[in-house]
Amino acid sequence: MLAAPAVLWLLAFMVMPCLLVLSYAFFQRGTWGGIEYTFTLDNFAHVFDPLYAKIFLNSARIALTTTVLAILIAYPAAYAISRAPRVRQPMLLFFAVLPFWSNYLIRTYAWIVLLNREGLLNGFLSFLGYQGEPLSLLYTETAVIIGLVYNYLPFVILAIYSTLSRLNPELMEASRDLGAGAIRTFWRVTLPLTLPGVAAGGVFVFVLSIGNFVTPALLGGGRFQMIGNLVYDQFLTANDWPFGAALGMALIAIMVALLFLQARATSHASGERQGEAT
Amino acid sequence: MSGMAKNRLPGRIVLLVVFGFLYLPIAVLVMLSFNESGLPTSWSGFSTRWYVSLAGNSEILHAAWNTLVVAIFATLISTVLGTLLAIGMETRARKSNGLEALAFAPMVIPDIVLAVALLTFFSRLNVATGLHTIILSHVIFDLAFVCSVVRARLKHFDFSIVEASRDLGASGWTTFWRVTFPVLLPSIIAGALLAFTLSVDEFIIAFFTAGPGRSSITLPMQIYSMIRFGITPEVNALATIVMAVSATALLLSQWLNKEQIQ
Repeated sequence: MLAAPAVLWLLAFMVMPCLLVLSYAFFQRGTWGGIEYTFTLDNFAHVFDPLYAKIFLNSARIALTTTVLAILIAYPAAYAISRAPRVRQPMLLFFAVLPFWSNYLIRTYAWIVLLNREGLLNGFLSFLGYQGEPLSLLYTETAVIIGLVYNYLPFVILAIYSTLSRLNPELMEASRDLGAGAIRTFWRVTLPLTLPGVAAGGVFVFVLSIGNFVTPALLGGGRFQMIGNLVYDQFLTANDWPFGAALGMALIAIMVALLFLQARATSHASGERQGEAT
Repeated sequence: MSGMAKNRLPGRIVLLVVFGFLYLPIAVLVMLSFNESGLPTSWSGFSTRWYVSLAGNSEILHAAWNTLVVAIFATLISTVLGTLLAIGMETRARKSNGLEALAFAPMVIPDIVLAVALLTFFSRLNVATGLHTIILSHVIFDLAFVCSVVRARLKHFDFSIVEASRDLGASGWTTFWRVTFPVLLPSIIAGALLAFTLSVDEFIIAFFTAGPGRSSITLPMQIYSMIRFGITPEVNALATIVMAVSATALLLSQWLNKEQIQ
Protein backbone atom coordinates (compact mmCIF):
# COMPACT_ATOMS: atom_id res chain seq x y z
CA MET A 1 0.00 0.00 0.00
CA LEU A 2 1.81 3.06 -1.31
CA ALA A 3 -0.79 5.41 0.15
CA ALA A 4 -0.30 4.00 3.66
CA PRO A 5 2.43 6.37 4.97
CA ALA A 6 0.50 9.48 3.94
CA VAL A 7 -2.75 8.04 5.27
CA LEU A 8 -1.12 7.23 8.61
CA TRP A 9 0.39 10.73 8.77
CA LEU A 10 -2.99 12.34 8.09
CA LEU A 11 -4.77 10.07 10.56
CA ALA A 12 -2.22 10.79 13.28
CA PHE A 13 -1.74 14.52 12.75
CA MET A 14 -4.98 15.69 11.19
CA VAL A 15 -7.87 13.35 12.01
CA MET A 16 -6.79 12.61 15.59
CA PRO A 17 -6.19 16.27 16.53
CA CYS A 18 -9.55 17.24 14.99
CA LEU A 19 -11.32 14.48 16.92
CA LEU A 20 -9.52 15.52 20.11
CA VAL A 21 -10.54 19.15 19.74
CA LEU A 22 -14.09 17.97 18.99
CA SER A 23 -14.09 15.96 22.22
CA TYR A 24 -12.91 19.01 24.16
CA ALA A 25 -16.05 20.82 23.04
CA PHE A 26 -18.06 18.43 25.26
CA PHE A 27 -16.13 19.18 28.45
CA GLN A 28 -16.16 22.03 30.91
CA ARG A 29 -13.61 24.69 31.27
CA GLY A 30 -11.60 24.32 34.48
CA THR A 31 -11.71 27.05 37.07
CA TRP A 32 -8.19 28.18 36.18
CA GLY A 33 -8.49 27.48 32.50
CA GLY A 34 -7.62 24.02 31.24
CA ILE A 35 -10.16 21.24 30.92
CA GLU A 36 -12.42 19.71 33.51
CA TYR A 37 -13.55 16.33 32.26
CA THR A 38 -17.26 16.71 33.01
CA PHE A 39 -19.61 16.15 30.10
CA THR A 40 -21.60 19.20 29.05
CA LEU A 41 -23.36 20.66 26.03
CA ASP A 42 -23.01 24.20 27.36
CA ASN A 43 -20.25 25.10 24.91
CA PHE A 44 -22.51 24.47 21.94
CA ALA A 45 -25.36 26.36 23.63
CA HIS A 46 -22.86 29.14 24.17
CA VAL A 47 -22.25 29.32 20.39
CA PHE A 48 -25.94 30.22 19.95
CA ASP A 49 -25.84 32.80 22.72
CA PRO A 50 -27.04 36.11 21.15
CA LEU A 51 -23.66 37.74 21.74
CA TYR A 52 -21.80 35.09 19.76
CA ALA A 53 -24.59 34.42 17.29
CA LYS A 54 -24.21 38.07 16.35
CA ILE A 55 -20.53 37.53 15.57
CA PHE A 56 -21.50 34.50 13.48
CA LEU A 57 -24.06 36.48 11.52
CA ASN A 58 -21.64 39.36 11.11
CA SER A 59 -18.93 37.00 9.83
CA ALA A 60 -21.41 35.33 7.48
CA ARG A 61 -22.45 38.72 6.10
CA ILE A 62 -18.83 39.78 5.53
CA ALA A 63 -18.00 36.42 3.95
CA LEU A 64 -21.07 36.57 1.71
CA THR A 65 -20.31 40.12 0.55
CA THR A 66 -16.74 39.05 -0.15
CA THR A 67 -17.93 36.01 -2.12
CA VAL A 68 -20.39 38.00 -4.25
CA LEU A 69 -17.84 40.74 -5.01
CA ALA A 70 -15.12 38.21 -5.81
CA ILE A 71 -17.43 36.40 -8.25
CA LEU A 72 -18.54 39.67 -9.88
CA ILE A 73 -14.92 40.64 -10.51
CA ALA A 74 -13.62 37.16 -11.31
CA TYR A 75 -16.27 36.15 -13.85
CA PRO A 76 -15.52 38.88 -16.42
CA ALA A 77 -11.79 38.30 -15.91
CA ALA A 78 -12.09 34.53 -16.39
CA TYR A 79 -14.35 35.11 -19.39
CA ALA A 80 -11.85 37.51 -20.94
CA ILE A 81 -9.02 35.00 -20.40
CA SER A 82 -11.08 32.20 -21.98
CA ARG A 83 -11.67 34.47 -25.00
CA ALA A 84 -8.02 35.45 -25.40
CA PRO A 85 -5.94 33.67 -28.09
CA ARG A 86 -5.37 30.06 -27.03
CA VAL A 87 -1.59 30.36 -26.84
CA ARG A 88 -1.80 33.28 -24.45
CA GLN A 89 -4.34 31.74 -22.05
CA PRO A 90 -1.94 29.68 -19.88
CA MET A 91 0.27 32.72 -19.34
CA LEU A 92 -2.64 35.02 -18.49
CA LEU A 93 -3.99 32.44 -16.08
CA PHE A 94 -0.60 31.94 -14.47
CA PHE A 95 -0.21 35.66 -13.82
CA ALA A 96 -3.76 35.89 -12.51
CA VAL A 97 -3.02 33.16 -9.96
CA LEU A 98 0.57 34.13 -9.10
CA PRO A 99 -0.37 36.63 -6.34
CA PHE A 100 -2.44 33.91 -4.67
CA TRP A 101 0.73 31.97 -3.94
CA SER A 102 2.55 34.90 -2.38
CA ASN A 103 2.49 35.47 1.34
CA TYR A 104 -0.99 36.18 2.68
CA LEU A 105 0.29 38.57 5.36
CA ILE A 106 2.25 40.58 2.83
CA ARG A 107 -0.77 40.91 0.53
CA THR A 108 -2.86 42.08 3.47
CA TYR A 109 -0.15 44.45 4.68
CA ALA A 110 -0.01 46.03 1.20
CA TRP A 111 -3.59 47.19 1.75
CA ILE A 112 -2.63 48.87 5.02
CA VAL A 113 -0.15 50.89 2.99
CA LEU A 114 -2.78 51.74 0.37
CA LEU A 115 -5.73 52.48 2.65
CA ASN A 116 -3.93 54.39 5.37
CA ARG A 117 -5.03 57.98 6.03
CA GLU A 118 -1.60 59.06 4.84
CA GLY A 119 -1.65 56.24 2.32
CA LEU A 120 -1.57 56.16 -1.42
CA LEU A 121 -5.33 56.15 -1.98
CA ASN A 122 -5.70 59.46 -0.17
CA GLY A 123 -2.57 60.79 -1.83
CA PHE A 124 -4.10 59.92 -5.18
CA LEU A 125 -7.42 61.55 -4.25
CA SER A 126 -5.75 64.80 -3.23
CA PHE A 127 -3.70 64.64 -6.43
CA LEU A 128 -7.01 64.54 -8.30
CA GLY A 129 -8.02 67.70 -6.46
CA TYR A 130 -10.02 66.19 -3.62
CA GLN A 131 -10.13 68.83 -0.87
CA GLY A 132 -12.18 67.22 1.91
CA GLU A 133 -11.19 65.15 4.90
CA PRO A 134 -8.92 62.24 4.02
CA LEU A 135 -10.89 59.02 3.81
CA SER A 136 -10.27 56.74 6.74
CA LEU A 137 -10.87 53.37 5.13
CA LEU A 138 -8.38 51.44 7.19
CA TYR A 139 -9.80 49.65 10.24
CA THR A 140 -13.28 49.46 8.78
CA GLU A 141 -15.45 46.62 7.54
CA THR A 142 -14.88 47.89 3.99
CA ALA A 143 -11.13 47.44 4.43
CA VAL A 144 -11.64 43.86 5.65
CA ILE A 145 -13.84 43.06 2.65
CA ILE A 146 -11.36 44.64 0.20
CA GLY A 147 -8.56 42.59 1.76
CA LEU A 148 -10.52 39.34 1.58
CA VAL A 149 -11.68 39.90 -2.01
CA TYR A 150 -8.13 40.76 -3.03
CA ASN A 151 -6.66 37.70 -1.38
CA TYR A 152 -9.08 35.14 -2.76
CA LEU A 153 -9.84 36.64 -6.18
CA PRO A 154 -7.18 34.61 -8.03
CA PHE A 155 -8.72 31.35 -6.89
CA VAL A 156 -12.19 32.33 -8.10
CA ILE A 157 -10.76 33.34 -11.49
CA LEU A 158 -9.11 29.91 -11.71
CA ALA A 159 -12.27 28.02 -10.71
CA ILE A 160 -14.51 29.88 -13.18
CA TYR A 161 -11.94 29.70 -15.97
CA SER A 162 -11.67 25.93 -15.58
CA THR A 163 -15.38 25.48 -16.34
CA LEU A 164 -15.38 28.12 -19.09
CA SER A 165 -12.47 26.47 -20.88
CA ARG A 166 -14.18 23.09 -20.81
CA LEU A 167 -17.33 24.52 -22.36
CA ASN A 168 -18.15 23.18 -25.79
CA PRO A 169 -18.06 26.22 -28.14
CA GLU A 170 -20.56 24.49 -30.42
CA LEU A 171 -23.25 25.07 -27.81
CA MET A 172 -22.77 28.83 -28.09
CA GLU A 173 -22.66 28.63 -31.88
CA ALA A 174 -25.87 26.63 -31.89
CA SER A 175 -27.53 29.24 -29.70
CA ARG A 176 -26.39 32.00 -32.05
CA ASP A 177 -27.54 30.01 -35.09
CA LEU A 178 -30.95 29.61 -33.51
CA GLY A 179 -31.20 33.38 -33.38
CA ALA A 180 -30.19 34.26 -29.83
CA GLY A 181 -28.10 37.41 -29.45
CA ALA A 182 -24.77 37.45 -27.63
CA ILE A 183 -26.31 38.60 -24.35
CA ARG A 184 -29.12 36.07 -24.49
CA THR A 185 -26.64 33.30 -25.32
CA PHE A 186 -24.56 34.31 -22.30
CA TRP A 187 -27.51 34.30 -19.87
CA ARG A 188 -29.23 31.21 -21.21
CA VAL A 189 -26.28 29.02 -22.23
CA THR A 190 -22.85 30.12 -21.00
CA LEU A 191 -23.71 31.24 -17.48
CA PRO A 192 -25.88 28.25 -16.48
CA LEU A 193 -23.24 25.81 -17.76
CA THR A 194 -20.46 27.51 -15.81
CA LEU A 195 -22.36 27.76 -12.53
CA PRO A 196 -20.55 24.71 -11.06
CA GLY A 197 -17.27 26.63 -11.34
CA VAL A 198 -18.86 29.72 -9.81
CA ALA A 199 -20.20 27.57 -6.96
CA ALA A 200 -16.83 25.87 -6.38
CA GLY A 201 -14.98 29.19 -6.27
CA GLY A 202 -17.70 30.80 -4.19
CA VAL A 203 -17.79 28.07 -1.55
CA PHE A 204 -14.02 28.18 -1.25
CA VAL A 205 -13.99 31.96 -0.74
CA PHE A 206 -16.88 31.86 1.71
CA VAL A 207 -15.29 29.13 3.85
CA LEU A 208 -11.89 30.82 3.90
CA SER A 209 -13.39 34.25 4.62
CA ILE A 210 -15.71 33.23 7.43
CA GLY A 211 -12.90 31.57 9.38
CA ASN A 212 -10.26 34.18 8.61
CA PHE A 213 -8.61 35.93 11.52
CA VAL A 214 -5.58 37.63 9.98
CA THR A 215 -7.46 40.08 7.75
CA PRO A 216 -9.91 41.28 10.45
CA ALA A 217 -7.00 41.56 12.90
CA LEU A 218 -4.84 43.64 10.54
CA LEU A 219 -7.28 45.55 8.30
CA GLY A 220 -10.07 45.73 10.86
CA GLY A 221 -7.61 46.85 13.52
CA GLY A 222 -9.06 44.26 15.89
CA ARG A 223 -12.08 46.52 16.38
CA PHE A 224 -14.66 44.02 15.30
CA GLN A 225 -14.52 40.32 15.56
CA MET A 226 -15.11 37.47 13.19
CA ILE A 227 -15.37 33.80 14.17
CA GLY A 228 -11.70 33.23 13.45
CA ASN A 229 -10.70 35.97 15.90
CA LEU A 230 -13.07 34.54 18.46
CA VAL A 231 -11.49 31.08 18.16
CA TYR A 232 -8.05 32.67 18.42
CA ASP A 233 -9.05 34.59 21.56
CA GLN A 234 -10.58 31.57 23.26
CA PHE A 235 -7.38 29.58 22.79
CA LEU A 236 -4.68 32.17 23.29
CA THR A 237 -6.26 34.85 25.48
CA ALA A 238 -9.33 33.66 27.38
CA ASN A 239 -7.92 30.16 27.85
CA ASP A 240 -11.41 28.68 27.34
CA TRP A 241 -10.43 25.78 25.12
CA PRO A 242 -13.77 23.92 25.30
CA PHE A 243 -15.67 26.94 23.99
CA GLY A 244 -12.96 27.59 21.38
CA ALA A 245 -13.29 23.94 20.33
CA ALA A 246 -17.07 24.28 19.96
CA LEU A 247 -16.59 27.38 17.79
CA GLY A 248 -14.05 25.54 15.64
CA MET A 249 -16.47 22.66 15.18
CA ALA A 250 -19.20 25.11 14.15
CA LEU A 251 -16.82 26.38 11.44
CA ILE A 252 -16.18 22.81 10.27
CA ALA A 253 -19.95 22.17 10.22
CA ILE A 254 -20.51 25.23 8.01
CA MET A 255 -17.73 24.08 5.70
CA VAL A 256 -18.98 20.50 5.41
CA ALA A 257 -22.56 21.69 4.79
CA LEU A 258 -21.46 24.05 2.01
CA LEU A 259 -19.19 21.49 0.34
CA PHE A 260 -22.03 18.95 0.49
CA LEU A 261 -24.49 21.40 -1.10
CA GLN A 262 -21.94 22.32 -3.75
CA ALA A 263 -21.24 18.67 -4.59
CA ARG A 264 -24.99 17.99 -4.79
CA ALA A 265 -25.56 20.99 -7.06
CA THR A 266 -22.66 19.98 -9.33
CA SER A 267 -23.73 16.37 -9.68
CA HIS A 268 -27.32 17.53 -10.20
CA ALA A 269 -26.18 19.85 -13.00
CA SER A 270 -24.10 17.18 -14.73
CA GLY A 271 -26.84 14.59 -14.24
CA GLU A 272 -29.31 16.93 -15.90
CA ARG A 273 -27.01 17.39 -18.86
CA GLN A 274 -26.52 13.67 -19.22
CA GLY A 275 -30.26 13.16 -18.96
CA GLU A 276 -30.83 15.59 -21.80
CA ALA A 277 -28.22 13.89 -23.93
CA THR A 278 -29.83 10.48 -23.74
CA MET B 1 -11.46 38.08 -38.11
CA SER B 2 -11.78 41.86 -37.91
CA GLY B 3 -15.08 41.38 -36.10
CA MET B 4 -13.33 39.15 -33.58
CA ALA B 5 -10.61 41.73 -33.02
CA LYS B 6 -13.20 44.39 -32.30
CA ASN B 7 -14.82 42.07 -29.74
CA ARG B 8 -11.55 41.68 -27.87
CA LEU B 9 -11.42 45.27 -26.69
CA PRO B 10 -13.80 44.93 -23.70
CA GLY B 11 -11.96 41.79 -22.64
CA ARG B 12 -8.66 43.63 -22.74
CA ILE B 13 -10.03 46.45 -20.62
CA VAL B 14 -11.39 43.96 -18.07
CA LEU B 15 -8.04 42.19 -17.87
CA LEU B 16 -6.17 45.47 -17.55
CA VAL B 17 -8.36 46.56 -14.62
CA VAL B 18 -8.27 43.19 -12.84
CA PHE B 19 -4.52 42.72 -13.31
CA GLY B 20 -4.05 46.31 -12.12
CA PHE B 21 -6.02 45.49 -8.98
CA LEU B 22 -3.99 42.30 -8.44
CA TYR B 23 -0.56 43.79 -8.97
CA LEU B 24 -0.85 47.41 -7.80
CA PRO B 25 -0.45 46.60 -4.08
CA ILE B 26 2.51 44.35 -4.80
CA ALA B 27 4.15 46.95 -7.05
CA VAL B 28 3.68 49.62 -4.38
CA LEU B 29 5.40 47.48 -1.74
CA VAL B 30 8.34 46.73 -4.01
CA MET B 31 8.72 50.42 -4.87
CA LEU B 32 8.54 51.47 -1.22
CA SER B 33 11.23 48.98 -0.29
CA PHE B 34 13.64 51.04 -2.41
CA ASN B 35 12.39 54.40 -1.14
CA GLU B 36 14.94 56.34 0.91
CA SER B 37 12.37 57.58 3.42
CA GLY B 38 10.44 54.34 3.47
CA LEU B 39 7.17 56.22 3.89
CA PRO B 40 4.34 55.73 1.45
CA THR B 41 3.57 59.44 1.08
CA SER B 42 6.66 60.65 -0.73
CA TRP B 43 9.44 59.35 -2.91
CA SER B 44 12.69 60.69 -1.58
CA GLY B 45 15.10 58.82 -3.76
CA PHE B 46 16.31 55.31 -4.55
CA SER B 47 18.03 53.51 -1.72
CA THR B 48 18.88 49.99 -0.64
CA ARG B 49 19.25 51.02 3.00
CA TRP B 50 16.27 48.89 4.15
CA TYR B 51 17.87 45.82 2.66
CA VAL B 52 21.15 46.69 4.36
CA SER B 53 19.42 47.10 7.72
CA LEU B 54 17.60 43.78 7.17
CA ALA B 55 20.92 42.03 6.64
CA GLY B 56 22.07 43.36 10.01
CA ASN B 57 18.92 42.37 11.88
CA SER B 58 19.81 39.19 13.74
CA GLU B 59 16.20 38.51 14.75
CA ILE B 60 15.08 38.42 11.15
CA LEU B 61 18.06 36.34 10.07
CA HIS B 62 17.23 33.85 12.81
CA ALA B 63 13.60 33.72 11.66
CA ALA B 64 14.72 33.27 8.06
CA TRP B 65 16.94 30.36 9.09
CA ASN B 66 14.04 28.73 10.99
CA THR B 67 11.78 29.20 7.99
CA LEU B 68 14.32 27.53 5.74
CA VAL B 69 14.77 24.57 8.09
CA VAL B 70 11.00 24.09 8.38
CA ALA B 71 10.41 24.43 4.64
CA ILE B 72 13.20 22.03 3.64
CA PHE B 73 12.21 19.25 6.02
CA ALA B 74 8.47 19.66 5.43
CA THR B 75 9.06 19.63 1.66
CA LEU B 76 11.23 16.49 1.76
CA ILE B 77 8.78 14.51 3.87
CA SER B 78 5.67 15.71 2.07
CA THR B 79 7.14 15.10 -1.38
CA VAL B 80 7.82 11.45 -0.58
CA LEU B 81 4.48 10.89 1.16
CA GLY B 82 2.45 12.92 -1.36
CA THR B 83 3.99 11.16 -4.36
CA LEU B 84 3.37 7.72 -2.87
CA LEU B 85 -0.19 8.75 -2.04
CA ALA B 86 -0.81 9.95 -5.60
CA ILE B 87 0.55 6.74 -7.15
CA GLY B 88 -1.34 4.65 -4.61
CA MET B 89 -4.59 6.44 -5.41
CA GLU B 90 -4.21 6.30 -9.19
CA THR B 91 -3.21 2.64 -9.36
CA ARG B 92 -6.04 1.42 -7.17
CA ALA B 93 -8.57 -0.74 -8.93
CA ARG B 94 -11.51 1.07 -7.35
CA LYS B 95 -11.84 4.70 -6.42
CA SER B 96 -12.10 5.10 -2.66
CA ASN B 97 -14.19 8.06 -1.55
CA GLY B 98 -12.72 7.91 1.95
CA LEU B 99 -9.20 8.21 0.59
CA GLU B 100 -10.25 11.05 -1.73
CA ALA B 101 -11.78 12.96 1.19
CA LEU B 102 -8.73 12.37 3.39
CA ALA B 103 -6.33 13.63 0.71
CA PHE B 104 -8.53 16.64 -0.10
CA ALA B 105 -9.37 17.63 3.51
CA PRO B 106 -6.13 19.50 4.34
CA MET B 107 -6.86 21.92 1.48
CA VAL B 108 -10.31 22.86 2.74
CA ILE B 109 -10.22 22.64 6.55
CA PRO B 110 -10.07 26.25 7.81
CA ASP B 111 -6.45 26.70 8.89
CA ILE B 112 -7.47 28.22 12.22
CA VAL B 113 -9.29 24.96 13.05
CA LEU B 114 -6.33 22.79 12.08
CA ALA B 115 -4.06 25.11 14.06
CA VAL B 116 -6.06 24.88 17.30
CA ALA B 117 -6.54 21.14 16.82
CA LEU B 118 -2.77 20.66 16.57
CA LEU B 119 -2.14 22.90 19.56
CA THR B 120 -4.65 20.86 21.57
CA PHE B 121 -3.11 17.60 20.35
CA PHE B 122 0.49 18.49 21.17
CA SER B 123 -0.43 19.90 24.55
CA ARG B 124 -2.52 16.80 25.40
CA LEU B 125 0.40 14.54 24.54
CA ASN B 126 2.79 16.84 26.42
CA VAL B 127 4.94 17.14 23.33
CA ALA B 128 7.41 20.00 23.61
CA THR B 129 6.64 22.39 20.75
CA GLY B 130 9.23 23.89 18.46
CA LEU B 131 10.45 23.70 14.89
CA HIS B 132 9.78 19.95 14.77
CA THR B 133 6.09 20.41 15.54
CA ILE B 134 5.81 23.10 12.84
CA ILE B 135 7.45 20.74 10.32
CA LEU B 136 5.13 17.92 11.30
CA SER B 137 2.09 20.17 10.88
CA HIS B 138 3.22 21.68 7.56
CA VAL B 139 3.57 18.20 6.06
CA ILE B 140 -0.22 17.77 6.41
CA PHE B 141 -1.19 20.38 3.81
CA ASP B 142 2.06 20.21 1.81
CA LEU B 143 1.49 16.56 1.02
CA ALA B 144 -2.04 17.28 -0.17
CA PHE B 145 -0.70 19.75 -2.75
CA VAL B 146 2.15 17.47 -3.86
CA CYS B 147 -0.39 14.67 -4.23
CA SER B 148 -2.70 16.75 -6.41
CA VAL B 149 0.12 17.91 -8.72
CA VAL B 150 1.48 14.37 -9.18
CA ARG B 151 -2.03 12.96 -9.66
CA ALA B 152 -2.70 15.45 -12.44
CA ARG B 153 0.37 14.06 -14.24
CA LEU B 154 -0.69 10.46 -13.62
CA LYS B 155 -4.03 11.15 -15.30
CA HIS B 156 -2.12 11.51 -18.59
CA PHE B 157 0.23 8.65 -17.77
CA ASP B 158 0.21 5.76 -20.17
CA PHE B 159 0.14 2.72 -17.91
CA SER B 160 0.81 0.41 -20.85
CA ILE B 161 4.51 1.34 -20.64
CA VAL B 162 4.53 -0.10 -17.13
CA GLU B 163 3.01 -3.30 -18.48
CA ALA B 164 5.53 -3.31 -21.31
CA SER B 165 8.36 -3.01 -18.81
CA ARG B 166 6.96 -5.89 -16.75
CA ASP B 167 6.46 -8.00 -19.90
CA LEU B 168 10.08 -7.42 -20.77
CA GLY B 169 11.06 -8.94 -17.45
CA ALA B 170 11.70 -5.95 -15.22
CA SER B 171 10.74 -6.27 -11.57
CA GLY B 172 8.19 -3.91 -9.95
CA TRP B 173 11.04 -2.03 -8.30
CA THR B 174 13.08 -1.65 -11.50
CA THR B 175 9.99 -0.59 -13.40
CA PHE B 176 9.30 2.10 -10.85
CA TRP B 177 12.81 3.56 -10.90
CA ARG B 178 13.44 3.18 -14.64
CA VAL B 179 9.98 3.91 -16.06
CA THR B 180 7.41 5.49 -13.74
CA PHE B 181 9.71 7.71 -11.69
CA PRO B 182 11.51 9.46 -14.60
CA VAL B 183 8.16 10.27 -16.22
CA LEU B 184 6.80 11.66 -12.96
CA LEU B 185 9.96 13.49 -11.91
CA PRO B 186 9.11 16.92 -13.37
CA SER B 187 5.74 16.93 -11.61
CA ILE B 188 7.28 15.66 -8.38
CA ILE B 189 9.74 18.58 -8.46
CA ALA B 190 6.90 20.95 -9.37
CA GLY B 191 4.92 19.65 -6.39
CA ALA B 192 7.96 19.97 -4.13
CA LEU B 193 8.47 23.60 -5.16
CA LEU B 194 4.83 24.29 -4.43
CA ALA B 195 5.14 22.66 -1.01
CA PHE B 196 8.26 24.70 -0.31
CA THR B 197 6.48 27.96 -1.20
CA LEU B 198 3.47 27.07 0.94
CA SER B 199 5.69 26.16 3.85
CA VAL B 200 7.74 29.36 3.63
CA ASP B 201 4.54 31.45 3.58
CA GLU B 202 2.41 29.58 6.11
CA PHE B 203 1.60 31.60 9.20
CA ILE B 204 -1.39 30.50 11.29
CA ILE B 205 -0.46 26.85 11.86
CA ALA B 206 3.17 27.76 12.55
CA PHE B 207 2.00 30.45 14.98
CA PHE B 208 -0.03 27.94 17.00
CA THR B 209 2.41 25.02 16.87
CA ALA B 210 5.66 26.94 17.48
CA GLY B 211 5.13 27.13 21.20
CA PRO B 212 5.95 30.08 23.43
CA GLY B 213 9.23 31.92 23.24
CA ARG B 214 11.01 33.41 20.28
CA SER B 215 13.41 30.60 19.50
CA SER B 216 11.20 28.91 16.89
CA ILE B 217 9.75 32.05 15.30
CA THR B 218 9.43 31.92 11.49
CA LEU B 219 9.45 34.75 8.95
CA PRO B 220 5.67 35.05 8.60
CA MET B 221 5.43 35.25 12.42
CA GLN B 222 8.12 37.91 12.36
CA ILE B 223 6.28 39.81 9.61
CA TYR B 224 3.02 39.58 11.57
CA SER B 225 4.55 41.08 14.69
CA MET B 226 6.33 43.76 12.65
CA ILE B 227 3.00 44.77 11.06
CA ARG B 228 1.16 44.73 14.37
CA PHE B 229 3.71 46.70 16.32
CA GLY B 230 4.22 49.66 14.06
CA ILE B 231 5.20 49.63 10.46
CA THR B 232 8.89 49.92 9.78
CA PRO B 233 10.10 50.25 6.19
CA GLU B 234 12.16 47.12 6.77
CA VAL B 235 8.93 45.14 6.33
CA ASN B 236 8.73 46.35 2.73
CA ALA B 237 12.22 45.03 2.01
CA LEU B 238 11.50 41.74 3.76
CA ALA B 239 8.18 41.40 1.91
CA THR B 240 9.89 42.03 -1.42
CA ILE B 241 12.50 39.32 -0.76
CA VAL B 242 9.89 36.78 0.39
CA MET B 243 7.72 37.49 -2.68
CA ALA B 244 10.72 37.19 -5.00
CA VAL B 245 11.60 33.77 -3.54
CA SER B 246 7.99 32.54 -3.86
CA ALA B 247 7.62 33.86 -7.40
CA THR B 248 10.89 32.19 -8.48
CA ALA B 249 9.84 28.84 -7.02
CA LEU B 250 6.46 29.11 -8.75
CA LEU B 251 7.88 30.12 -12.12
CA LEU B 252 10.17 27.07 -11.91
CA SER B 253 7.26 24.86 -10.87
CA GLN B 254 5.13 26.17 -13.74
CA TRP B 255 7.96 25.71 -16.23
CA LEU B 256 8.44 22.08 -15.16
CA ASN B 257 4.72 21.38 -15.44
CA LYS B 258 4.67 22.89 -18.92
CA GLU B 259 7.67 20.83 -20.04
CA GLN B 260 5.96 17.61 -19.09
CA ILE B 261 2.68 18.39 -20.80
CA GLN B 262 4.37 19.03 -24.13
